[in-house]
Amino acid sequence: MLTRNYVRGGVVHDTNSKRKHREDGSELKKYIIKRLALGIASIFVVATLTFFLMNLVPGGPFVAEKSISKAAQEALEAKYGLDKPLLERYTTYMSDFVKGDMGFSLRQRGRTVSDIIFSKFPVSAGLAGIAVVLALLLGIPLGCISAYNRGKFADNFIIVLATCGIAIPSFISSVLLLYTFGSRLNILPTVGLNTLSSYIMPVTALAIYPTAYITRLMRSSLLDVMGQDYIRTSKAKGVSSFKTLFKHALRNAILPVVTYVGPMLAGLMTGSFVVEKIFTIPGLGREFVSSITNRDYTMIMGTTIVLATLIITANVIVDILYKIIDPRIKLK
Amino acid sequence: MKEKLLEIKDEYLSFFTPAGEVKALNGVSFSMEEGEVLGIVGESGSGKSVTAYSLMGLTAYPGKLVSGTIRFNGHQVETMTEKEFRKMRGNEVSIIFQDPMTSLNPVYTIGNQIREVILLHTDKTKKEAQERAKELLELVGINEPEKRLKQYPHELSGGMRQRVMIAIALACEPKLLIADEPTTALDVTIQAQILELMQELREKLGMSIIMITHDLGVVASMCEKIAVMYAGHIIEYGTADEIFYSPKHEYTKGLIRSIPKLDTEEDERLVPIEGQPVDLLNPPKGCPFAPRCASCMKICLDQMPPKTELSDTHYSHCWLLQKDQFEEGGRGL
Repeated sequence: MLTRNYVRGGVVHDTNSKRKHREDGSELKKYIIKRLALGIASIFVVATLTFFLMNLVPGGPFVAEKSISKAAQEALEAKYGLDKPLLERYTTYMSDFVKGDMGFSLRQRGRTVSDIIFSKFPVSAGLAGIAVVLALLLGIPLGCISAYNRGKFADNFIIVLATCGIAIPSFISSVLLLYTFGSRLNILPTVGLNTLSSYIMPVTALAIYPTAYITRLMRSSLLDVMGQDYIRTSKAKGVSSFKTLFKHALRNAILPVVTYVGPMLAGLMTGSFVVEKIFTIPGLGREFVSSITNRDYTMIMGTTIVLATLIITANVIVDILYKIIDPRIKLK
Repeated sequence: MKEKLLEIKDEYLSFFTPAGEVKALNGVSFSMEEGEVLGIVGESGSGKSVTAYSLMGLTAYPGKLVSGTIRFNGHQVETMTEKEFRKMRGNEVSIIFQDPMTSLNPVYTIGNQIREVILLHTDKTKKEAQERAKELLELVGINEPEKRLKQYPHELSGGMRQRVMIAIALACEPKLLIADEPTTALDVTIQAQILELMQELREKLGMSIIMITHDLGVVASMCEKIAVMYAGHIIEYGTADEIFYSPKHEYTKGLIRSIPKLDTEEDERLVPIEGQPVDLLNPPKGCPFAPRCASCMKICLDQMPPKTELSDTHYSHCWLLQKDQFEEGGRGL
């Protein structure tokens, strides 16, 4: 799909389409390599900044409420290399990281950081994936309906709902859901993700905001596009308003939604702390927050790097999608 | 008698905006024979485009036909449903818009957009539509049609895009082509090329054309009949010669005076038409041009002047002409 579009977009400038064909393929490859290099550099910068910032914060992983003996603390620090100077620790961490070793968690004894991330990430990613698909499946049509019926009841109704969805924070909606379906009606499980039905509430809580946001984005973008000259052209050609909307308007109007979905997906995948906490879901979001409060240095590094990687990847994918949707966009 | 291709009678059309009723058309009547080229001239907001759009059913909300009848190619347009309109648009009547840069969908290829209209109105297969699209591009003077069909609008120049728009408009061999300021957004040399192309195609295909423009030069070179519009009225109508050589309405005279001439003296200035265009939310009671008219009389501010027939093809709405005719008639008695 991707290469085909590339070919289609590129044939133009050159009469020798076969040559152009190859050039286009390599153009995309070059672009991806370039973005990959940039991405690695960004991750390096993020890792460095995080490393020094977290060490600037007072406290440490072994400063607990009930004070342990100084000797024990020193022994622990020596075991994990925390007694060494900062710069040395940094170089050690980075060289280990490059080899793919993110070290042991300082607080969850005996477990490596990669272990924890690999066990928790799928939980968060699964929830986020379902929530985003739901948000797209609901938000795009709702935005279309709203724009199509501009100023009428359906539009006003959807906009009021969407505004509520954006205004209500997830901890409120989570609690409301828990109270209504978990406690009052008692039809949905309130804890964990053991059954299929237990996905319903956390997914809903996660999806409300993106759904509302996508609805509004879609609506305003579509209204903008519907006023464009080429929509009038389409009508003047005798194309039905339904097909005009779906063929001519939607593809142009969906770009802002694509822009939004990439980073949003990355954000949700690393877990929503609030929703995971409220529904007692063992996801990455909780791990992220508790690693910071615990000063679990290696965990902080691990989760931050995962988040950064996801966001960078999402952005590259968004850029490529852009190119597929809108041939005018040039990847550089 | 041969039936007229288009016959508009007493068309009143308004836009019902929150600020009030904007009377865009106030009793527009004219007719066209098959193969005729009609120019509609007038300033912005005079109702040129609305007249043309209304016969395609394209006057979008909040525009509404208040009264009058439109007969086009055997259809009673004012009673047509959206579905019937869809069958007619792009098929029996097509339109070319002002700005070719924005009139084509940027995310689909030229080929896709030409084929779309062919597939919509004919039984052709995709392959036949592709062939037809190629033919059309050749017809509008685009070389390497095969290659162009695969290109996107942003890869073509403005003149090329307008040619593509013309190809789309002509795809189903319409009886009537509406050209809504087709050259306004193009530079002068391209303008000439596009006009030439339209002339050529008209001779080849024999369709009628409504040329909407505020460029009198365009009208003079192309049109047989000219309708001059002001504030939703056709204030003068006649053949090109009648309008250019013996304009009767003060507004038409003003328009013609404001054309730059090649033989003017160095320090001679163009004569503008003073004043502001009419506010269609609160149109004046009498002749809409009266507030700007140098020869305005008392009655002009009070009553809309009736039609004065000047010849079989020439008429105008102006009290001065009524006065002249009355005086002439008086002498004759």
